Amino acid sequence: MTRTLAFCAVAALVAAAPIPQAAGQSKPPAVERDTTTEEFEKFRVVLEADNPAELFELKGAELWKTPRGPKQTSLERCDLGLGPGAVKGAYVQLPRYFADTGKVMDAEQRIVHCMVTLQGFDAAALAKQPFSNETHTPDPVAITTFVAGQSRGMKIAPPQTHPRERETYAIGREIFFYRAGGYDFSCASCHGEDGKRIRTQQLPNFTRPDQAIRSYQGWPGYRMTGGVMHTLQWRLWDCFRQQRFPEPGYVSDSLTALLTYLAVNARGQVYKGPGIKR
Amino acid sequence: MGDPMKIRAKLDGDVLDVRVLMAHPMETGQRKDGAGNLVPLHFIQTMTAQLNGKPVLEAETSQAISRNPVFGFKLKGAKTGDKRTDEVTVPTG
Repeated sequence: MTRTLAFCAVAALVAAAPIPQAAGQSKPPAVERDTTTEEFEKFRVVLEADNPAELFELKGAELWKTPRGPKQTSLERCDLGLGPGAVKGAYVQLPRYFADTGKVMDAEQRIVHCMVTLQGFDAAALAKQPFSNETHTPDPVAITTFVAGQSRGMKIAPPQTHPRERETYAIGREIFFYRAGGYDFSCASCHGEDGKRIRTQQLPNFTRPDQAIRSYQGWPGYRMTGGVMHTLQWRLWDCFRQQRFPEPGYVSDSLTALLTYLAVNARGQVYKGPGIKR
Repeated sequence: MGDPMKIRAKLDGDVLDVRVLMAHPMETGQRKDGAGNLVPLHFIQTMTAQLNGKPVLEAETSQAISRNPVFGFKLKGAKTGDKRTDEVTVPTG
């Protein structure tokens, strides 16, 4: 399994390597009409009406209100930024600064924080196997899916009023453009300009507000490949892996910074809720 | 906690469009786990839907169906306020 994935990533990176442009060609070629993407788009629209992500939303809702953990409490006192227990609209207003921890936190990071502080779960144990596989969906994934679903149809609006929020955005921007690793890659190598693609997949330019929404849209997402539910924590972890970067820590501050950069870039765009991915 | 199931029904004239989302691993019996052992066969084998106590659908399903499947069917003669019971039988092996 791991071996197959690693091989795909290499193929993806080779395909993503910039193609030198012919001399004298001043204007980049217009984004060509991609019939594969268009066909898949139709398929996705049909599937969105019956997205298995909803099953994980239901499960997350159940987990949210069930007394669990060593302290046998529910998450109904968890403050996602809009007050204890307020879930509606919280996801699109994250990451944000939390006075109780003194730092900016993203949705999943905050949920894990609540599971640890309110319910008494062990943070290290939660980080041990943080991502879904064919047989297991970690609780924070289902809970994050539920929380994200409660912001369906709302505008992305992470606050940038606290100095730490602005600082976190700046750090995220730094990480986005930071070139490193064996391939001298950065996030911006693939997502920093228009018209890039990996194999048949066209890549959004996250520095543009109208395209930055595509970093948030569809996540948490149900991946048809394997039939597993994934959140943005997994997606960014996978980006790091594809770039041959050191593995980022689960719900780490670096990922929160990067998510802050992406969310702020997508401000004002409507979030359609948990999605479906191929 | 049992895995959730989601049922949606839309009445269009006298035709009811029913969509059922089911949480199920749908193991084919051919997949191997991380340790290289075969994951035992485990899939939805039969499905029945009833309307007002009367069976309207009986299905036998195979392991060719995806994980967390969606099942859709249409039926005539349903009215708003009708009661439904649904049952999915999932025998092991």
